[in-house]
Amino acid sequence: MSTYSLSDGLASGAPRLSRAPLLANWVRESGVGVLASIAWVAFGLSCLWWEDVGDWSRTHSLGIAAFVVAAVALFGTVGADYLGSAGRALRQRAPWLVALGAFLTLWEVATAKFAWLPLPFFPPPQSIVEVYTDDLPKLLDSVFASVKLQLGGYLIGATVGFLTGVSIGWSRAVGYWVHPVLRFIGPLPATAWLPIAFFTFPSSWSASTFLIALATGFPVTVLTWSGVASVSNAYYDVARTLGAKPSFLVLKVAIPAALPHVFVGLFMGLGSSFAVLVVAEMIGVKAGLGWYLQWAQGWAAYANMYAALIVMSLLCSGAITLLFAIRDRLLVWQKGTVKW
Amino acid sequence: MVAAAALAETVTLPAAGAALDIEQVSHAFDIDGAQLPVLSDVSISVEPGEFVALLGPSGCGKSTLLRLVAGLDKPKAGTLREDESRITRPHPSRVVVFQDPTLFPWRSVWDNVALGLEAQGILKSQRQRVDDALDLVGLASFRNAYPHQLSGGMAQRVALARALVNDPKILILDEPLGKLDSLTRITMQAEIVALWQRKGFTTLLVTHDAEEALVLANRVIVFSDRPARVKADIRVDRPYPRHRGDPYLADLRRQILSLLGLDATW
Repeated sequence: MSTYSLSDGLASGAPRLSRAPLLANWVRESGVGVLASIAWVAFGLSCLWWEDVGDWSRTHSLGIAAFVVAAVALFGTVGADYLGSAGRALRQRAPWLVALGAFLTLWEVATAKFAWLPLPFFPPPQSIVEVYTDDLPKLLDSVFASVKLQLGGYLIGATVGFLTGVSIGWSRAVGYWVHPVLRFIGPLPATAWLPIAFFTFPSSWSASTFLIALATGFPVTVLTWSGVASVSNAYYDVARTLGAKPSFLVLKVAIPAALPHVFVGLFMGLGSSFAVLVVAEMIGVKAGLGWYLQWAQGWAAYANMYAALIVMSLLCSGAITLLFAIRDRLLVWQKGTVKW
Repeated sequence: MVAAAALAETVTLPAAGAALDIEQVSHAFDIDGAQLPVLSDVSISVEPGEFVALLGPSGCGKSTLLRLVAGLDKPKAGTLREDESRITRPHPSRVVVFQDPTLFPWRSVWDNVALGLEAQGILKSQRQRVDDALDLVGLASFRNAYPHQLSGGMAQRVALARALVNDPKILILDEPLGKLDSLTRITMQAEIVALWQRKGFTTLLVTHDAEEALVLANRVIVFSDRPARVKADIRVDRPYPRHRGDPYLADLRRQILSLLGLDATW
């Protein structure tokens, strides 16, 4: 702004932009999109150019799909101005599209085409696509089983942990009895209970639910408790002078004030419960993604393992995203929060 | 007498002040098993509707006395009465505004002000009172803001509205303006006087600022060092609004400061 002077406009006769800045502008805005498109074309070509060293049925379709992505990247970023928020979002992610396209090309060439990486252990992209298309029902069943087990255990653990934490934080008598038990049992990794749990519980499902609940409950309890305990007495004083009864002090003062801590506990509990879920499914439960992984390893079906890993990662990440979305809704009053 | 009291109970008159009797109250803190006396034989009788300032050196036990009046703590000896009935626990007829606004950060301004009515279970039928209280302190347009979005003076105004919405008979102010900048403080002093004149509640103000006490109160009680004893009970017979440069007030201020042992410097 400051470098613009009146004489510049007068000299050129009219407020006309010269060609060079226009081109620079275009390169800055759409150049990365074009690069992304090139990367994906390269990926498509790498699929179709050479013969596969193995026998995979989806190589051709994958190549076509790569060209489609390339086309979308090209037209999406160049024409972003006409696409509204979708165009803007695509432009913003264009650098990642470049990286992804390059990575996939390298992967394709290094596995399916020249087998630089030892083959059964490093399957090419098309074999993973093959898993998703041909083994979908089994994979979906596994996802469903995992989500069901995880959700049940997590909800039970979070609820019990929250209630226990509030009780310890609020009542000295409850604290006296529960605190030592918590200190003794809590730090034990929930997976250490696995052998016992599978013998003592009537079904492997109930045993795993218990273990997931245990893994969730400990951090939720401790953080809810410390949250309730750290509520400033001034809040209680204010509420009491305004006529608050003990139930009001718990429900409307202690719990809302402790919620930021509770969410840290829920986040930690989610992480440790994922670990328990996978181990439980690998050892005892005959369903779910952990079991699928174990089964795939037994058959040396490495592509299936990678496919299941990707799904698992999406699910865990999705669960944490959901938790943080809930937190952001409930804790809008907080100034700075942990980002995810 | 009894009939009049009964009448006042049944007919909901606009909240007027209550009388407050502090009789031979002593209090001490237990610190590591040792007793630290903070109040020693304090007796004060406050008329309904009076504005009494409690002045004393910092840490002398003024705030402790306020906590006893609020019913948040029980005295080791002596009794406190509000209109003849003994104070044993907190009651919304005696509301405290603390030095820190202590607004609940998870509640919007409106919900903070509604706190007392909600705690007493009468919010549903009396939502209008919350709006009125916010209007009274001039923050109606901030009803949906969260406390972290407010300035110090605004937050303290919300705290004032949160107290006033309960129509208290005794308003207890524990250095409510202590942390505000001097300009905001002067504005809010005038607002507090205006509210007191309009509503007629009895006011108890703890402050360590002699000028503030003299501008606001019609009685200034000076305390000694800890354990606090009543050192002087000074009537301030001047009309409102008071002028800070009033020679009568300046003279009283000099007397008070000398009672507090500051005569040499002032």
